[in-house]
Amino acid sequence: MKSDHHVILRVIAKLLIPVITMYAFYVQFHGDFGPGGGFQAGVIIAVAVILYALVFGVPAAMRAVPPVFTRSLAAIGVMIYAGVGFWALFQGGQYLEYQALFHEGPGEHHGQHIGIMLIEIGVLCGVSGAMLTIFYAFAGRVAEIRDEDW
Amino acid sequence: MPGLFNGDFGIVLVNVFLLAILFAVAVAIARMRSLFAIVMLSGIYSLVSAAWYVAVDAVDVAFTEAAVGAGMSTVVLLGAMLLTSRTAKPEKLFSRLGPMLVCLATGAALIYATVDLPALGDATSAANTGVGYEYLQIAWFDTGIPNVVTPVLASYRGFDTLGETTVVFVAGLAVALLLGFGERSLAERIRNEGRNGSDRRKTKAPAVSDEDPA
Repeated sequence: MKSDHHVILRVIAKLLIPVITMYAFYVQFHGDFGPGGGFQAGVIIAVAVILYALVFGVPAAMRAVPPVFTRSLAAIGVMIYAGVGFWALFQGGQYLEYQALFHEGPGEHHGQHIGIMLIEIGVLCGVSGAMLTIFYAFAGRVAEIRDEDW
Repeated sequence: MPGLFNGDFGIVLVNVFLLAILFAVAVAIARMRSLFAIVMLSGIYSLVSAAWYVAVDAVDVAFTEAAVGAGMSTVVLLGAMLLTSRTAKPEKLFSRLGPMLVCLATGAALIYATVDLPALGDATSAANTGVGYEYLQIAWFDTGIPNVVTPVLASYRGFDTLGETTVVFVAGLAVALLLGFGERSLAERIRNEGRNGSDRRKTKAPAVSDEDPA
């Protein structure tokens, strides 16, 4: 799509983007044991898509991850998080009280694990969607990033 | 900060080295006019401060700083830079006087305030004796999650995290409402392709189809 002197950049980016995405999921699901969690993982996923947009152009990235998808993802993420709170409410507990999800007493952890995993997925969707929406809003105003723009 | 100098000599060296880099980068940012260089240097600033957070054992904060400060905000600032000019306007020498006075006064106040700060890792400090110490004791029984940061953020402080996620969502929504959703460039590209015929389409197709499985 552009002149050939970007070929190394494109090849390296193609190698790196799947690794970055996989690392984001590692951060997401390893958050119980090490540093990280939904917020960091969401940003890392967004950065993977943004790297694709910087190397291959914003329109190509918009075909792969459409803007309508990113803005819906942000809303869905917040809804997942708030939905866990309402799930606890309907189970007879208080808002976001994970112990109430499966009617567990103190010391039982099933509800805590499920609840925290669900809200972390909500945070992941919300953050990555919002970050990509912000990036598209800025980067989408210039039709194509030319070499001399850098 | 007396805690900075109590420990190992190597740790002191790392601290001084990283803080010196931060200082040099900050001075360079203040003196530069090229916006591209300033954006890149602010990314470097975030990365070095993330390394410094690791040195003072705040791994989660370091992780967030590296992802958001060095990765995300650099890219967003680059996107914003494309919309404006490439260099900042030079200011008159006299107009810099007011900001410099404000900076010096704020810096002096902050340095004066650090005298009262507890030492790094001080067991009797307010952060380590109050509710933080309680969380460390009860988090394992309450939630069964080894990393105490996760239950504090997601369980004990679940409302706060819900609020933060909502703030991020609202930030994205506000930017999109102000600047548009960015689909103009996609529509323009499709229009250009229709006008230029098939040769452009042909050069473009591999890049898109290759990415689909990934």
